[in-house]
Amino acid sequence: MNSVPNIMLATVTKKYGALTAVDGVDLAVQAGECLALVGHNGAGKSTLIKMVLGLIAPDGGQVRVMGQDPLSPGFKEVRRTIGFLPEQVLFQNNMTGRETLEFYARLKGVSRKDQNDLFRRVDLLAAAENRISTYSKGMRQRLGLAQALIGTPALLILDEPTSGLDPASRRNVYGILNEMKLAGCAVLISSHALTELDDRIDRVAILNRGRLAALGTIPDLRRNMGLPTEIRIQAPAESLQLVAQHFKGKCRLNGVAQLDCATHEKLAFLKDLMALDIPLDNIEVRDPSLEQVFLAYSGQEGQGDE
Amino acid sequence: MSEIWTLVTKEARDGFRNRWVIMITLIMAGLALGLSLLGSTPTGTTSVSPLAVTVVSLSSLSIFFIPLIALLLAYDSVVGEAERGTLTLLLTHPVSRVQVILGKFIGHLFLLAIAIVVGYGIAGLAIAFSAEDGFAAREWQSFLKLLLSSILLGAVFLGIGYVISAGARERATAAAISIGVWLLFVLLYDMGLLALLASDGGMAINGDVVKWLMLFNPADSYRMYNLTSSNDTALLSGMAGLSAEHRVSDISLILILLAWVAAPLIAACAIFNRRQV
Repeated sequence: MNSVPNIMLATVTKKYGALTAVDGVDLAVQAGECLALVGHNGAGKSTLIKMVLGLIAPDGGQVRVMGQDPLSPGFKEVRRTIGFLPEQVLFQNNMTGRETLEFYARLKGVSRKDQNDLFRRVDLLAAAENRISTYSKGMRQRLGLAQALIGTPALLILDEPTSGLDPASRRNVYGILNEMKLAGCAVLISSHALTELDDRIDRVAILNRGRLAALGTIPDLRRNMGLPTEIRIQAPAESLQLVAQHFKGKCRLNGVAQLDCATHEKLAFLKDLMALDIPLDNIEVRDPSLEQVFLAYSGQEGQGDE
Repeated sequence: MSEIWTLVTKEARDGFRNRWVIMITLIMAGLALGLSLLGSTPTGTTSVSPLAVTVVSLSSLSIFFIPLIALLLAYDSVVGEAERGTLTLLLTHPVSRVQVILGKFIGHLFLLAIAIVVGYGIAGLAIAFSAEDGFAAREWQSFLKLLLSSILLGAVFLGIGYVISAGARERATAAAISIGVWLLFVLLYDMGLLALLASDGGMAINGDVVKWLMLFNPADSYRMYNLTSSNDTALLSGMAGLSAEHRVSDISLILILLAWVAAPLIAACAIFNRRQV
């Protein structure tokens, strides 16, 4: 598995006039890996995806997809192995779901036989012969996902794949992504916020104003950000006093004892607490939420800019 | 090549699905029949064949109608797909932008050709069968020339439509520009020429200049081609008075129309290639 990464970006930059949409981004996605691009609207996610797809040219740096330059003429063959779901796509209303998939399958030059399998995977088999005008928003989104899965792609790029989906379909999407990943496909998805992703993503790249603000697994990001873990202790009043004395300066008392500690010191801290050997009613340990992590990264980078 | 064919069949199916073909064919047939039947009344029992009358009146109709429906078919093709998000998706497939334009062009031209051949064919057959002297060989030739040149005229304005569509940012802009272009070619251009001639009083500007100015407009080239396509049609349309040296040969007129097909298509591809998606 230590071959060329499916996607490789080296100091990629893209400018639109005075605006730098993507600014010196380094990134690699390996086969069998799922990477999420996260950022606010206008953080540069779509621009980055378009450069990977060879729809626009970077102003600086290098883009390689399956080892090839997406703007080179030879990239045509690579395109057959890429599945893409755009952020917003309205398929032609007067075509049926099956005709739509057949159209894109023919363009990719792959067999049109395994359509039923695709429809089954996104729960659309019953509606395959219906015109798209009768589809709900969620059904259209799922048809888009089926379209991206045509011809068992080696690289799957999904722009906001879960927008407009109910929680059950959303779980189904992540299930499909996982299957694809296990089959050796590299998956790149983009999302507005980290909170939407659950912990089903291998790595996260947080983009902020075109810059790569952070890259790593979600636990890594939590740790690197240095956001404290919050510990709440419920106990009889005299125990709380002892706790406050022992952890002088770190502890706040307001009915319960509240302490902040660095995530990696959490266990040592708890041992220390247990060593006091005092009666306690309950202990709550709260790691920073994904939303806090995301906001912290976006905020930090934003302050650095101004 | 198979990619183009995939795009062609999709456009063609779309044209049948949304009943575009059947509607336009019916409108064409209805207008053609109406015009021909009305047009043949004043000729009574002259020596002029009824089919020649039909050719003259149909070509006048086509000059207005065919550019309009061709532009309606084409103006949406790039900018519409861009707005629906399908253009980005399409371009991530193994198809080039030139193939996209060509696929749409061939598909649309096929739809237009069906509407023209069936619509005008119905009218032509009806006239021929109702006439006493039946199928004079010569008029069938002018009728065929009418059909072919009408398809060619449609192709010209499809190409112009793609230029507009590839360049426009929004569908509404593309629609507005299309209407403007249509007015320019079928109405304003000729009005301008007339105004030029009238103000000049026939002095300074010679016939050649006017002729070349006319040739520069595909709609006028089409008109010249059909109105002089036989002695009968020339007589009917008042073109018989043209001296031989002012006549432009059929082959030149066809070549002009073909150039008018090629130039916008090439321009559309070039503009589309530069378009940010």
